[in-house]
Amino acid sequence: MARNKRAIPEINAGSMADIAFLLLIFYLVTTTMDTDKGINRKLPPYDEELVQDPPPIKERNIFTVLVNSNDQLLVEDEYLEISQLREKAMEFIDNNGDGSCEHCKGYGMSNSSDNPDKAVISLQNDRGTSYGMYVKVQNELVAAYEDLRDQLAEREYGRSYREMDPEEDEEIIKEIKNAYPQKISEAEPLNIGG
Amino acid sequence: MAVIKKKKDKALPAVNTSALPDIVFMLLFFFMVATVMREVDLKVAVNKPQATEIQKLERKSLVTYIYAGAPRQKYQDKFGKAPRIQLNDAFASIDDVQAFVIQEREAKSEEERPMMTMSIKADKSVKMGLITDIKLQLRKAQALKINYSSLQPKNVDALYSSEN
Repeated sequence: MARNKRAIPEINAGSMADIAFLLLIFYLVTTTMDTDKGINRKLPPYDEELVQDPPPIKERNIFTVLVNSNDQLLVEDEYLEISQLREKAMEFIDNNGDGSCEHCKGYGMSNSSDNPDKAVISLQNDRGTSYGMYVKVQNELVAAYEDLRDQLAEREYGRSYREMDPEEDEEIIKEIKNAYPQKISEAEPLNIGG
Repeated sequence: MAVIKKKKDKALPAVNTSALPDIVFMLLFFFMVATVMREVDLKVAVNKPQATEIQKLERKSLVTYIYAGAPRQKYQDKFGKAPRIQLNDAFASIDDVQAFVIQEREAKSEEERPMMTMSIKADKSVKMGLITDIKLQLRKAQALKINYSSLQPKNVDALYSSEN
């Protein structure tokens, strides 16, 4: 047929760029690039009835951190600045009072924790405490554990714990986590001067 | 003379733009891959707290956001200045949180539900009373994995100065 012999006319691609620009601008406007970061925590499950007999914990194994409505810190009955909290918490966790922890470098004081396994950090804040302060305290307590793990990893493996690959070094991470288990307990907040 | 005179009125050849669509498409694909859709229109002002021990939230589809803060300027006539909760695109009261979380969880597939993370994006000046109430509601709704959204400070010493 005669029609088939005619060459197919070329499609005009001149407006292709315009269409692509339009799409590009649409994506620029409707999307964001910010990555979400934050401190991961786990909440305790909700129970209607309170636990009848909480297992007794020795006073020396509890590290109490209180934050009042003026964002002031009271740590182990002592007024502290936020910048000192990390060091105090690390001393407490790493104390090794009963000598059962072989990797600890603590002073073994009689009024501080037995070993990292038994050491519990108890955090209580007021309803009037600011969220910024709360996150800062949480951050310091988590950092205390991470720093201790870092030091241990440095001694045992000559590497930084924070920079380990969660998939490649799964075993090592597990071992170090078990050496310093993170035990942060949160009490119901007070309501004084809120 | 045998000098060849150049034509002076010769027009400049047009720039070849046939590769322009390719370049723009490349940019387009880059943005499509590297960005995410803006989730909500923020009605509360959120000035995130700063922290150093932060982890990146992987898999956006598993994250549900709860915003808390003072209403922004244009909503202050109607809603006042006291910190409020925002869920999706609207202001909400504390009693709505539990239903919201359950509804969000229902929308996810069975195997993804245990990995659901609640991201609390609150202003740093919000009082802990409100945050505690939110946390209690989350516990009641069995949403126990939470994340306190924070920023990495540019200068670590700024973390300990009193005005922050």
